[in-house]
Parts: sequence; structure tokens; C-alpha cells
Amino acid sequence: MGGRDKPGHDELGIGAGFQRLALQAIAFYLLAVVTVAAGFLVVSARNPVHSVLFLILAFFSAAGLFVLMGAEFLAMLLVVVYVGAVAVLFLFVVMMLDVDFAALRQGFARYMPIGGLIAGVLAVEMVVVATTVANTGAAAANDAPLPATDVTNAEAIGRVLYTDYVYFFQAAGLVLLVAMIGAIVLTLRHKPTVRRQVIADQVARSPRTGMRVVQIKPGQGIEE
Amino acid sequence: MPEQNPWVWFGLAVGQIALVLIWILLSLAFLLLADRKIWAGVQMRKGPNMVGPFGLLQSFADFIKFVLKEIVIPDGVDKTVFMLAPLITFVLAFGAWAVIPLAPGWVVSDINVGVLYLFAISSLGVYGIIMGGWASNSKYPFLGSLRSAAQMVSYEVSIGFVIITVILLAGTLNLREIVELQAGGFWNWNFLGGGLKNLPLALIMIPMSVIFFISSLAETNRPPFDLPEAESELVAGYQVEYSSTPYLLFMIGEYANIVLMCALITILFFGGWQAPFPTPFTADWSPTLASFFGFLWFFAKLIFFFFLFAMAKAIVPRYRYDQLMRLGWKVFLPISLVAVAVVAGWRVYGGAVTG
Repeated sequence: MGGRDKPGHDELGIGAGFQRLALQAIAFYLLAVVTVAAGFLVVSARNPVHSVLFLILAFFSAAGLFVLMGAEFLAMLLVVVYVGAVAVLFLFVVMMLDVDFAALRQGFARYMPIGGLIAGVLAVEMVVVATTVANTGAAAANDAPLPATDVTNAEAIGRVLYTDYVYFFQAAGLVLLVAMIGAIVLTLRHKPTVRRQVIADQVARSPRTGMRVVQIKPGQGIEE
Repeated sequence: MPEQNPWVWFGLAVGQIALVLIWILLSLAFLLLADRKIWAGVQMRKGPNMVGPFGLLQSFADFIKFVLKEIVIPDGVDKTVFMLAPLITFVLAFGAWAVIPLAPGWVVSDINVGVLYLFAISSLGVYGIIMGGWASNSKYPFLGSLRSAAQMVSYEVSIGFVIITVILLAGTLNLREIVELQAGGFWNWNFLGGGLKNLPLALIMIPMSVIFFISSLAETNRPPFDLPEAESELVAGYQVEYSSTPYLLFMIGEYANIVLMCALITILFFGGWQAPFPTPFTADWSPTLASFFGFLWFFAKLIFFFFLFAMAKAIVPRYRYDQLMRLGWKVFLPISLVAVAVVAGWRVYGGAVTG
């Protein structure tokens, strides 16, 4: 793993600039090719479960690209949040669905033009953002690249996130909270017929409350 | 150290990785035996005692047996995913060891986000199980893998919060620094709040270390939370259809994860390689000797926690699934959430700050 703040690696003396670049370039092209190929396979795979697995591969290689750029904190968050949590739920749902593969492929020709159109627009937008806007637009004005200090990734992000962007951060948290409560409200149903286990009651049970000692007289049985 | 060629560095890294791998695999062989012996001891059996003296070579005999068996691939399975699943479990379980500091200076990759890396890798571990269960094309593995996925995702939440309390105490995500901050005696270890100045936090951190231990039992599908492979209901859960080497990979991966969790408890709460008393005398030693001294402490603590894992397996009955979910979501999650708030509050308003 390349990147800026790697004390361990510096001790080992990553130095020789050109060859280091070569090593990084190999890693970059490997990860980039895997990302793009996996992204393509997400769309083209016939089995939806395979699609999700390729999506996970794409996420994972994208995280590798982040690491190459020295953004290891973002990379780890990408893996923890998207691969570790979101994609697991994806996979869960897709596996449990009873998918009719033939029906899925039926509409391909019908949706092809509009899908291609959207993809084209997105591609053009991305190219425009990556070239013109980045150089001349709003981004060029305030792109203060982090000074190469000993500030770690996490610290740098924290400093910006909790100061300049604290309202956005709080708003994002609120949105997620609302979504969570919404999901709970939609799915939580109390059925009066279902008998629930109350563990506190069970633990609090004592022989006196839970048991009755009766003397049974012969031939009479127990009276309630 | 002089300026080095990156290819030399690359070779050195590969060598270090091989060294750590061999160490883990060798330790695993004997820890596996220890697991069975402890289990047997609790049940007043002898355990494996036929292969080698005291059965010491049992794991190697098992290994040879597994490798030499035929790989049975059932009809109708998704072959690629079926074979990929145990590989993923295996690779991830060992990949996580890259950032574990074994002793002063003994770490393959000393990255700044070590804790997050471990968290990320352990959250990926669920894929091996889901993929294996799904690809087996059979009901029992599928049910087992669904259970396992839900269980691991649930307990990851509380593990995450517990880790955050430690990060708040240490003020760093780097595992080496977390261990270095706990130097100078057991009262500086994080389970007592990390230093005498933070001693009131012991009220929080001791329960946190217990929660972490229990959650790691659930995270590694160990008894009493081994519902994914509850043999009375699901035969063997997600690994029913596996045989031979793929099964072996699953098993080694599982045990590597267990030992990893033991290492993580050691590092996060019990001082990693630090001795439980101040060690000024190591200052005169050569670095290698001092490192080895630290490594012995690390290994001893790791083995102690593995012993606890084995004892839990031997003496605790299996949870029911709804009880497992209740414990994770209704008990551990609120407690650890409150703990995060309290520790954060202490760091801002409380006693002296360590990190």
C-alpha cells in the first residue's frame, strides 16, 4: 500500500522515486481494470447474485484506489459501510428473492435505448466535471490540497467535518435517523396474540411464585 | 536504514508476511489441539491422545487427512462461488493479521487506520459464509448462512461501538500507538481506563471488554453463539456440503479469526505486548531481545483469551436465536452506545487526557 503517512514503510526505506512510481502504477492499473471490469459485469451478469458479488468486488477495488491516493481512512470507511453492511443486505435480499431470470431479460431491448441514453449523459457529465470544471470552475477556487504535515487522514477529515460542514453533517445524521425510524414504523407490528418472552419475569421467578405444593388425597385428584 | 529499492522492500514485505503466516499456522495447529483438550478436560475425557506424545501431532494428522480426501462438489452448485467461499474466508482471516503488532517493531504493515482495517476485514468475513451457504444449493447451508449473516452484522455494531471507546481513550487508530500508550504496568491498560488518571473509567471499560469478548464469540460463530452450525437443527450449517480441502480452509479461517479476536482483545484492552509491570530493565537490552520479551507477553495473553474461548465453548449452553438477537440489539448496543457517550464526555470534561 502506497500513500503519504506510512511510518512503517518509511522505516523500510521506500525511496527510489521512479521504481516506486512503477510499483504504484502497476497497482493502479490492476485495481482500475478490476474496478471497471467488475462494474461492467455487475450489469451484464445473468445471475443477480453474481451481479451483487461483482458489485462488492468493484467497491473493494475502489477502496484499493483510495488507498493508492493516500486516502486510507475513506478506503476503510468504504469497505466497512458499503461492503460490510450495505452490500450484505443487498446480497441478503437478492438471495431470498425468487427471481425469474427469463422474465428479467425480457425487457432488455425495450429499456436499452433509454438506459444507453442515461449512461451516455452520465459519462459526458463525468468527463466534463473531471476536466473543465475541476480546472476552471468552483472547485479550482477553493481546492486547498492538504499541506503535507503529519496530520493523519482521520484527523484531517474530522477537522473539516466538525467545523465547516457541521450543519451538513448533522443534517445527514437527521436524514438517516428519519429513515431508520420510518423503517421501524413500517415494519413493527405488535400482534396481541403472539406470546412474548419476558426474560426479566423469568429471572425474577422464585419457587414461591412458580410452584404450589399440594397434598393429594387418594382418589380425589387436584382441585383447582 | 539506507535508501532502498522498492522491489527489495517488496521482497522484504513478502518475507515478513510468510514469517507471520507460518507462525500463525503453527500456533493454530496447537491451539486447535488445546481447544479440544480443554473441552475434553471439562467433560472429564482425555481428548485426542493417540498421534504423537499427548496427541500433540493430532492437528497435523487431521491436516493430512483433510488434504488427501476427495473434494466432493455436489450436483447443482454454483461451482465458482462454491470454491471461492472458503478461499475468501481463509484469505480474509489471514489478511487481517497484517496490521497486528506482535511486539515492538514486529508488524507487517504499520498503517494509520489499523483499527478500521481490522474492522473492515472482519466485516468482510461474512461473505465467505453467505457465499458458501448460497452456492451449496441446499436448504440447510442456506439457512445456516442467513443466520450467520444476520448474527455477524448485528454483533459488528456493538463491536464497533466498543472499539470506538478504545479509540477515544487512545486518540489514535494506529494499533501500535494504542499498545504503546498502555505501557508501564497493568494499571495503564485500557480495561482500567488507560492510566490512573482515568481510573473512574474502569467502571465503563471493564464491562466494555466483557462485551467485546462476548461479541467476538458471536462474531466468530463460536459457542454459545454457534447457531449457524447448530448441528441439532442444521446438521453443520453453511459448511454441510463442504469436504476435504475447502472444508479445511473454512475451519482454519474460522480458527484464525478466533485467534485474531483474542489478539484484538489483548491489544485493545490488555496492553498488547506490554508486561503487566514497569519494565525499565529492558532499556539496556538489544532491540531484538526486548521485542522477543514483548512478544512472549503478547502470546501469553493471547493464549489466555483463547483459553477463555475454549472454556466458553465447554461450559455455556447454546443460545436460542431470538435470545441472541435480543442480547445483541437490546442489551449490548444500548450499553455500548451509552459508554461511547460517557467516554467521549470524560475525554472532554473529565480528568487528564492521555493521548
